[in-house]
Amino acid sequence: MEPFVSIASIAAPLPERDIDTDIIFPARYLLLTSKTGLGRYAFFERRYEADGKTEKADFPLNQPAFRGAQIIVSGSNFGCGSSREHAVWALADLGVRCVIADSFGDIFYSNCFKNGLLPVMVTPGQRADLTTRASAGESLDVDLEHQEIRTADGGVIAFRVDGWRREALLNGWDEIATISQTRGQSIAAFEDAQRRRSSWLYADE
Amino acid sequence: MSAPAKTLYDKLWDDHVVADEGDGVCLLYIDRQILHEVSSPVAFAGLEARGASVRRPKAQLATVDHAIPTKDRDKPVADPLARSQIALLENNATAHGITLYGSRSPRQGIVHVVGPEQGFTQPGMTLVCGDSHTATHGAFGTLAFGVGTSEIECVLATQTLRQSRSRNMALRATGTLGRGISAKDLAMAAVGRIGAGGGSGYAIEYMGAAISAMSMAARMTLCNMTIEAGSRIGMVAPDETTFAFLEGRPFAPKGPLWDEAVAYWRTLPSDTRARFDRVLEIDAGALAPQVTWGARPDLVLPVTGRTPHPDNAASAPERESLLKSLAYMGLTPDTALQDISIDYAFIGSCTNSRLEDLRAAAEIVAGKRVAKHVTALVVPGSSTIKRQAEAEGLDLIFRQAGFEWRDAGCSLCVAMNNDRLAPGQRSASTSNRNFEGRQGPGARTHLMSPMMVAAAAIAGHIVDVREIG
Ligand code: SF4
Repeated sequence: MEPFVSIASIAAPLPERDIDTDIIFPARYLLLTSKTGLGRYAFFERRYEADGKTEKADFPLNQPAFRGAQIIVSGSNFGCGSSREHAVWALADLGVRCVIADSFGDIFYSNCFKNGLLPVMVTPGQRADLTTRASAGESLDVDLEHQEIRTADGGVIAFRVDGWRREALLNGWDEIATISQTRGQSIAAFEDAQRRRSSWLYADE
Repeated sequence: MSAPAKTLYDKLWDDHVVADEGDGVCLLYIDRQILHEVSSPVAFAGLEARGASVRRPKAQLATVDHAIPTKDRDKPVADPLARSQIALLENNATAHGITLYGSRSPRQGIVHVVGPEQGFTQPGMTLVCGDSHTATHGAFGTLAFGVGTSEIECVLATQTLRQSRSRNMALRATGTLGRGISAKDLAMAAVGRIGAGGGSGYAIEYMGAAISAMSMAARMTLCNMTIEAGSRIGMVAPDETTFAFLEGRPFAPKGPLWDEAVAYWRTLPSDTRARFDRVLEIDAGALAPQVTWGARPDLVLPVTGRTPHPDNAASAPERESLLKSLAYMGLTPDTALQDISIDYAFIGSCTNSRLEDLRAAAEIVAGKRVAKHVTALVVPGSSTIKRQAEAEGLDLIFRQAGFEWRDAGCSLCVAMNNDRLAPGQRSASTSNRNFEGRQGPGARTHLMSPMMVAAAAIAGHIVDVREIG
């Protein structure tokens, strides 16, 4: 996984609440069985006219000022709805590394960390301020190491991420390898104990 | 000293901790996983890329539901992408020794219907699935939640997940559901009360007289929609209804193991003095049939209501959101919900496709005709349910009324197969999500109960089921 330490980028404002994963990645593209190259389907209905080709000028990510933004600033409950990790893969493929919002859908939030994306939770007031700055084309500095967002005028917004998630993202650790290496024996011990305690769970094995 | 009082959620969590990782995070043991064709391919590819094998093939169950067409099941799948996605799941399951209900299996069906139906879902377990409606299984007193594809791979490889502990919320439903009111109406009213994101970070336990009186199908409907309030976990304590449902099902414990299991399951309900971080109460007896009017599940009203005035919104962003929803839905403020005409009626999805749902809908449509301008579909949740319904003659009742009777799958809940609305078309739907584009780009969805959809199909517009014979 690509590590995330800090990035500086312009930020695309999507000042809406409840942007669900169906909006981020429409269901009909879920038939694809690979996680690469999905950026072209990101926000498909919002980005394109009915012909699927002509860009809608009012969608921020289509505007020259925000093209290539690595940061999105959005409203509450971003990524709610379906568990589809395709939403995160599509954002990542689009070059997005960080989403700032006042809250997130729980599954989307955790999917981000498995793909080198940083979801940052801020207060509604802070988010409103960042939306204004993003809309003005200001660049933001998101620093996971120090857990702070720095604005162009020297302002600092602190945020917090769980210890283990922060470590994993900073180092680009592979979670499955980490669990296998550090917890392999504990897992085996748990299974032994559970097999004695609740043997019906192992009846078919 | 007595042990501290615990909730059902606390008990299940504590029983599955492999290691405490600090910061409220634990490595949790996952007893069972259900797989489907859409969220699993990248997980299997990842597993192969790291040269790992499936740690416990018998702890997994695979079925096809999302992409599979709901007619012409005996022919090859027409869409090449869907065909290869389904084949990929079938190959992966076979290669790793995982039980598979493939496209021709008599047990095939929607993940959240098939798991309980086969007794794969049991109280006291942790269970995950790469699908956000996994909370459905919480109806059994199972700690069940939806996961992403990376987490599917993690469970395949290690049978564990790192998880943050949720806070406890209790939703107490008092009273008795009235005539024409179902678990779906309670679920929708609960989502409206909690709000689209209000349940985030909580595990919700549904309790109270109205819940105890519910069948397992009704409890599943209720738990199913928990994610629409932002919570991954919705549960009901296991009781005699739960045990009676499970006994004798294919995966249920047998003989002395059954007695041992039941003895353990009886210890699971929340202790009487257990503390909940948040408690809500709903009078189930006072509920009217619920209908969503907007493009979010929490934009819900009694069927007697009218679309809101954005000017009455509590905040500026809420006003924006209401305006957007009205525009997307093609509705104007202050429209009586019962004046809204529909083009489609869909009875199906993991929320409402069980035998009991089909019976309730059939009772409404029996001897009547679907309105001329309405396309109406019944899609049973599993092939098993389809056979059971046919044995009771329900298919005939639906067909004679002008409904199409389809094969089991997700169908118009997610519009991934070829069942899809055209832009601007409007449906009355028993599914769980009315998001923009959910039933096809530009499609407009009104969520409601099976009885309400049946009534709307006949009337051709949204109607109060309590007012028809
Ligand atoms: S029926 Fe709908 S909500 Fe349920 S699993 Fe299928 S797509 Fe998901």
